Amino acid sequence: MRKIWHWRYFYLLLAPTLLYFLVFNYIPFYGIVIAFKNFQPFKGVWESPWVGWKNFDTMFSSVKFPELIRNTVLISFYRLLFGFPVPILFALMLNEVRTMWFKRTIQTITYFPHFLSWVVFGGIVFNVIGPSGIVNLVLGNLGFEPLNLAANPEVFRSLVVVTGILKEFGWAAIIYLAALTGIDPHLYEAVKVDGGGKLRQIWHITLPGIRPMIAMLLILQLASILDAGFEQILILSNPVVYSVGDIIDTYVYRVGLLEANYGLATAVGLFKGVIAAVLIVSANHIIRRTGEKSLW
Amino acid sequence: MVTTQEQVEANDLRLINKPKALDRNPVWVQAIITLVLTALALITLLPILNVLAMSLSEAHAIYEHPLMLVPYSVTLDAYKYIFSTSVLLKSFGVTVFATVVGTFFNLLVTITGAYALSKTKMPGSRMLLWFCIFPMLFGPGLIPTYILLKNLHLLNSVWVLVVSGLVVPFNLILMRNFFWSIPEELEEAMRIDGASEMGILWWMIIPLSKPAIATIGLFYAVGHWNDFFTGLFFITDNTKWPLQVLLRSIVIDMNALNMRGVSTTISQDASKIMLTPENIKAASIIFAVVPILLVYPFLQKYFVKGIMLGSVKG
Repeated sequence: MRKIWHWRYFYLLLAPTLLYFLVFNYIPFYGIVIAFKNFQPFKGVWESPWVGWKNFDTMFSSVKFPELIRNTVLISFYRLLFGFPVPILFALMLNEVRTMWFKRTIQTITYFPHFLSWVVFGGIVFNVIGPSGIVNLVLGNLGFEPLNLAANPEVFRSLVVVTGILKEFGWAAIIYLAALTGIDPHLYEAVKVDGGGKLRQIWHITLPGIRPMIAMLLILQLASILDAGFEQILILSNPVVYSVGDIIDTYVYRVGLLEANYGLATAVGLFKGVIAAVLIVSANHIIRRTGEKSLW
Repeated sequence: MVTTQEQVEANDLRLINKPKALDRNPVWVQAIITLVLTALALITLLPILNVLAMSLSEAHAIYEHPLMLVPYSVTLDAYKYIFSTSVLLKSFGVTVFATVVGTFFNLLVTITGAYALSKTKMPGSRMLLWFCIFPMLFGPGLIPTYILLKNLHLLNSVWVLVVSGLVVPFNLILMRNFFWSIPEELEEAMRIDGASEMGILWWMIIPLSKPAIATIGLFYAVGHWNDFFTGLFFITDNTKWPLQVLLRSIVIDMNALNMRGVSTTISQDASKIMLTPENIKAASIIFAVVPILLVYPFLQKYFVKGIMLGSVKG
């Protein structure tokens, strides 16, 4: 007790932080009971009638549900497949540049979009793919019909993946560049002495040097497979592309806040939250098992 | 080639840009790398330049030179127009409020909380740290949060933009790790000299941590400026919309749907003064980009350092 008294000022300093998390991150958990209720706003959370697993039944039996899961997982998977290697390759290329002003200019330009919101970046994207954007002008000059890329289910997922890569590849490379500076230059010498050429040096020294970083980011991205890019998709999508682009998050927002179907939206959100938590805890476990520094 | 002048420059990027002992590449490899990197930079840069040029050109020039990179028939009409509409200025005001007041409270709470959490000898510190990390792993979800804010009467209040993200767990941990790395002996010395705990925090810890505080302050400020979701979810009264939410209705909805009241009014007014939606959209985008551009040198300097500080220690 005396020990706690001794630290009283520190508890006092911590109090606002704890209070914030308590109010905004812990207390709302009581609202999860809405998933098991027919929530009526004027009656409040407690007074609304219980409906058991009805909302979950609705969720699992709706035709929309498999579509949501498929869209979410597929978009995440394509991001991983096409997007994950880009910052690594970019960092490896930057690492070969010896002209410092050139390197710094490239970095300055490619980092920038990371700091723009998706609303702004989406506006720029729509300008590029719009009727008078460069994509359609080139197609027109080649004698093709103009494409409506902004509302086309056939290309929507590609649009999401490509614009996602363009916005973030520069920024994502920083962490690899930092790992590259940690590699002992003598190791390259050793390979050279053994007669190893450039590619051998990259294969035997550079890549193993950044492997822990690659492994960790890969596992983390796998763990967040249910996060397919809420803000980006909300900005880029429209009803025409819902069949290929509607993900769990956008669905929860639309059904819950716009259509006021609170019970169903909470159930879908809870479903996602539980799986996401299990995935991230497993990811940490795997990272620890591989002997790397774990997240916690 | 590293020149001496560049070596002198104290730039955090330099740490990362330190040349390797890798062999020089054959000329053709160097050429390919230069080409690819230049192409990537141009793909990033040119669409932004295009929008900038469009925002400064007259309406007819936009149709004649849709791919312009420099403005034709230069005019500031689009900017004059968006500054003359109270809608955009009001939104701007809301976002400036959220950014300035929000960042202040973010820093106040994050610094004090992180300082306390950096004291690993404090009884229960491990448990309390977990209490702050757990929200990163599992949250109650959108609807329960919405109902909470409704009960707190924060819906449709600009204060929701300040309080709903008061402490970002990741930033708290970053700050804590920084404080934690400050040697205990320094504090002991001040304590022996009779300084109070608050005095130590104010006179020693904060001055020592200026770079870390700047980093996290910028994290928060850019977060507020770009915050789209808080306004979208919790503010339905469009006179209180933050900039990003209004921007969506100008830039995106005018494209696809044109159903929101705001964008319709704007496009109707604009046609009277010889502006196209493209002008207005471009000027609105640039309007939202400029503040980011102004702090970009600092962002680059501090953010790079910031993401290196991550991961929970202790």
